[in-house]
Amino acid sequence: MTTSDLRLAAHDLACIRGGRLVFEGLSFELAAGHALVLTGANGAGKSSLLRQIAGLLEVTEGRIELQGGDPELGVAEQAHYVGHLDGLKPMMSVVETLRFWGGFLGGPAEAADAALDAMALAPLADLPVAYLSAGQKRRLSLARLAVAPRPLWLLDEPSVALDAASVARLKDFMSAHLAAGGLIVAATHLDLGLAMAAELRLTREMAS
Amino acid sequence: MRRAFLALLARDIRLAAGMGGGGGMAVLFFLTVVAIVPLGVGPDRPVLELLAPGMLWVGLLLASLLTLDRMFQADVEDGSFDLLSMGPLPLELVAVAKSLAHWVVTGLPLVIAAPVLGILLNLPPATMPYLMLAMLVGTPALSFIGAVGAALTVGVRRGGLLASLLVLPFYIPVLIFGVGAVEAAAGGFEGQAARQALLFLAAITLAAIAIGPLGAAAALRAILR
Repeated sequence: MTTSDLRLAAHDLACIRGGRLVFEGLSFELAAGHALVLTGANGAGKSSLLRQIAGLLEVTEGRIELQGGDPELGVAEQAHYVGHLDGLKPMMSVVETLRFWGGFLGGPAEAADAALDAMALAPLADLPVAYLSAGQKRRLSLARLAVAPRPLWLLDEPSVALDAASVARLKDFMSAHLAAGGLIVAATHLDLGLAMAAELRLTREMAS
Repeated sequence: MRRAFLALLARDIRLAAGMGGGGGMAVLFFLTVVAIVPLGVGPDRPVLELLAPGMLWVGLLLASLLTLDRMFQADVEDGSFDLLSMGPLPLELVAVAKSLAHWVVTGLPLVIAAPVLGILLNLPPATMPYLMLAMLVGTPALSFIGAVGAALTVGVRRGGLLASLLVLPFYIPVLIFGVGAVEAAAGGFEGQAARQALLFLAAITLAAIAIGPLGAAAALRAILR
């Protein structure tokens, strides 16, 4: 992963959802090895911004670019997204889930096992997802970040449903990604205690 | 890209073939629909023989509609689709993989079940190879055309009904030439007429494979973003 000169830049972003202006004139820059923590009240547009970066929501105005990345790929193809929906299939086992996403996203074959360890899921490897608790499912969603190396992580409330030990593990996991030159944009209400983190506070815009 | 395609195809086949995936359901539905025809029209053999090709094809069309609505919806509802759309595959190829998986799990078992049902409807044994061949050639079109309907109704609760209404008119050419191939074979025109109908079916399937994924991907982009 050559991520040393990567830079995520957003220029003058606006987001309109359901006729309501969520935010406008939003600009930021994020250098490799740094995290951006999105804060703000419910409905301030944290999830919308993450989905815009991930290419899952139309960018009403402005543009988002990943400078210094692979010119052949869009921002979305260089990003991992962990949202509110877990994207898990109840009948697939934990390790099958990770192997599938590793294969689909083009990760190395042994990465699935590394991902199991990253979120301490090895004891649950053969268990179908249907039997996992909410916190375990969240850990599996997060373990997906490790199945294929992608420089930009977009995390929407990553610590929801996690116990204290798992939050600590998540923090180490994120710190390691930053240390390797990755970028993280995370929406959170909880202080994750990352070293290289800047805060972007979204304020509620009531357009009507 | 090939690895991603195969991974998605294998996952979808596994999910659909497993519990609650609805793969086996289509065959049972096909069986039930065709089995109640003799009860409805009476057990008169010549009448059944006359109706057989049409009833088999109509049953096949309805059965393949049954599992259509979940093609994209299941992934959209649980968030998998967000991640799939960020992967290395363009949405068009995601649609190809999903259509292909639908065919393997729904279309192919229906083709295999058809001769058994043909016997039930007193279809002449000589026409069986034509029936199977026509269904083998025609069923992929059902999955690939159906993908467009499934994509268009992805955000609609109980979209299966709407998808059926949208898709059924486009199944009519498959029905006409599918029945045509079997009837021609039954009438002793194995050589020319049956071959023509089969070629038309092949053409429809190829066109569906070429156009269906483009339409499905365009619909998904328009609806989900």
